Amino acid sequence: MAIRVVKEKCTGCETCVSACPFGLIDVIDGTARIKVEGCNLCGACKDACAFEAIEIGKLVAEAPATGEHHGVWVFAEQRNGEIKGVAYELLAKGRKLADTLKTELCAVCFGAGVRNVDSLTAAGADKVYLIDTTLLMNQTEDPYVAELTRLAREYKPEVILAGATPFGRSFFPRVAAQLHTGLTADCTGLDIEPEKKLLLQTRPTFGGNIMAIIICPAKRPQMSTVRPRVFRRGVPDLSRKGQIVRVDFKKEAVTARTKLLNFVADISEKVKLEDADTIVSGGRGLGKPENFHLIRELAAALGAAVGSSRPPVDEGWISYPHQVGQTGKTVCPKLYVAVGISGAVQHLAGMQTSDCIIAINDDPDAPIFQVATWGLVGDLFKIVPMLTEKLKGS
Amino acid sequence: MNIAVCLKQVPGTTEVKIDPVKNTLIRQGIKNITNPFDTYALEEGVRLKERFGGRVTALSMGPPQAVEILREAITLGADDAVLLSDVAFAGADTWATSYTLGKAVRKLNNIDLVICGRQTIDGDTGQVGPELAEMLGVPFIAYVSKVEDIKTGLLRVQRMVEDGYETIEAHLPAVITVVKEINKPRLPSLRGQMKAKSAQIPTWTAQDIGVEKERAGLAGSATQVVKVFFPQRTHRAEMLKGEPSTQVEALVEKLREAKLV
Repeated sequence: MAIRVVKEKCTGCETCVSACPFGLIDVIDGTARIKVEGCNLCGACKDACAFEAIEIGKLVAEAPATGEHHGVWVFAEQRNGEIKGVAYELLAKGRKLADTLKTELCAVCFGAGVRNVDSLTAAGADKVYLIDTTLLMNQTEDPYVAELTRLAREYKPEVILAGATPFGRSFFPRVAAQLHTGLTADCTGLDIEPEKKLLLQTRPTFGGNIMAIIICPAKRPQMSTVRPRVFRRGVPDLSRKGQIVRVDFKKEAVTARTKLLNFVADISEKVKLEDADTIVSGGRGLGKPENFHLIRELAAALGAAVGSSRPPVDEGWISYPHQVGQTGKTVCPKLYVAVGISGAVQHLAGMQTSDCIIAINDDPDAPIFQVATWGLVGDLFKIVPMLTEKLKGS
Repeated sequence: MNIAVCLKQVPGTTEVKIDPVKNTLIRQGIKNITNPFDTYALEEGVRLKERFGGRVTALSMGPPQAVEILREAITLGADDAVLLSDVAFAGADTWATSYTLGKAVRKLNNIDLVICGRQTIDGDTGQVGPELAEMLGVPFIAYVSKVEDIKTGLLRVQRMVEDGYETIEAHLPAVITVVKEINKPRLPSLRGQMKAKSAQIPTWTAQDIGVEKERAGLAGSATQVVKVFFPQRTHRAEMLKGEPSTQVEALVEKLREAKLV
């Protein structure tokens, strides 16, 4: 059993009942009973118990202490030769992690005709492993999986980070599976536990209602994905010198198992939320799909993109590309206007780093006001049209 | 075409509330449901069976009560269902989960296609599909929005990428994950409901599928949760009070000062 209550020690005091963040403990007949399903062995109950009546059988294996693995790697994703912003954000964070670990920071970049490779060293990389070959044109993820796995086996990094982009989320888990190691998705915080040199990976879980800190104690490398715009990129230091290591591409990495036949650019996609300076988002408070016009009109007056929290998307009021949040897009505009959005953690995870946040909601206790710069409690159906008019006039 | 669809029973987390005093999740009234993204996977499996023939097997790893979603899967068109349940599976991370699912898919034998939802709503990782493909050593395609054709051992699909659509061909057997846009799940049929009532849904344990216990569940998980906490926010917004017109007036003033308009 992974977790158990020592009946002889349990006094039935119920301290653990209120300590369990998941509400999984009941005291029955004077003894605590833990519902195992849903328990992630976080240990909150064990810590709270004054009688040492709760035992948790965690993995005891420690990190391989051989010092065989070293270096922090950032997978620098590119599309059509252009390196993605998230690569620079990860390098800024990776630099700090590498400095704490007193190790090197490497960028790993694969593509065909990748531009501005030097920008990776300017962003903090000591070394760039580069595979640049026309053979990687029009490829699926397969060769990326094969080559990153090969390099990781050869050079044995202790940490590898990748952007939680659609591409990253599709190819990176396959690398983790190949390397028989753990992978933590969508981290919102990364830190080092200095004593054991463990990567502390913070991520929202349970639909974004709870934050969990996750470690990968016994396997290497420690792997995480991070969504774009979660970390801030640093100021490029053009005087930084780094080493560009050109790696030969193993042709056999291109398998005949999957083949990209065709690509059609979606030109109808006008929702460029990630790049928008201003975003106006609507939530459940709008009541019905027709009311989204209020959001669109305000957005038009502000020259803003239109976003949404999760409920309107789930209800089909607006399409998924508009969704901001843990399961939608992470955004970081100069101005974010949240209308009729209560501010579930799931939503906040996608927008709370915005420079300035305006919240309009009829519930003064809505969590959105805890991240907002300015809050307006009131009837959105009165406030929003008035605001739109006023801004149009200005 | 033998198709396996992976389903997970999850708490309906979008409705979760936090007890503000005790700072714990309020579980009362939260129903367990089939992970919404998996319902599209099941529907696609059933549609492919209708187009190309074959059988659809619904597969779930979970506690005994997860059999509920498997029975539901039969009402929605699955031919068979298997529950993977064993104390040795508890506490699994995505690696241990995909290892266990991989063993079960192998035991099902002659599976041409495994379909998963793009992610779950409780863990939100989206990692089990791609990791399962590696466990099985077969091709993988994520974010499938349309299955164009299946013939002579080749699967042709459209999948969504961030700036458009790709058409991809893969050799079968393969694993795909599907997005919401792929279909509109049907409602349970009367025939399905009848069938589900009498359906025998076997439970496979670690031993049944040849899972090594040290690679499954908590023991096989590379990752560990060391701490959970509720996000604390102490910051309060500057509240703009008064009648709507006063509030709007004040806000526009603030925006101008900050040069945001």
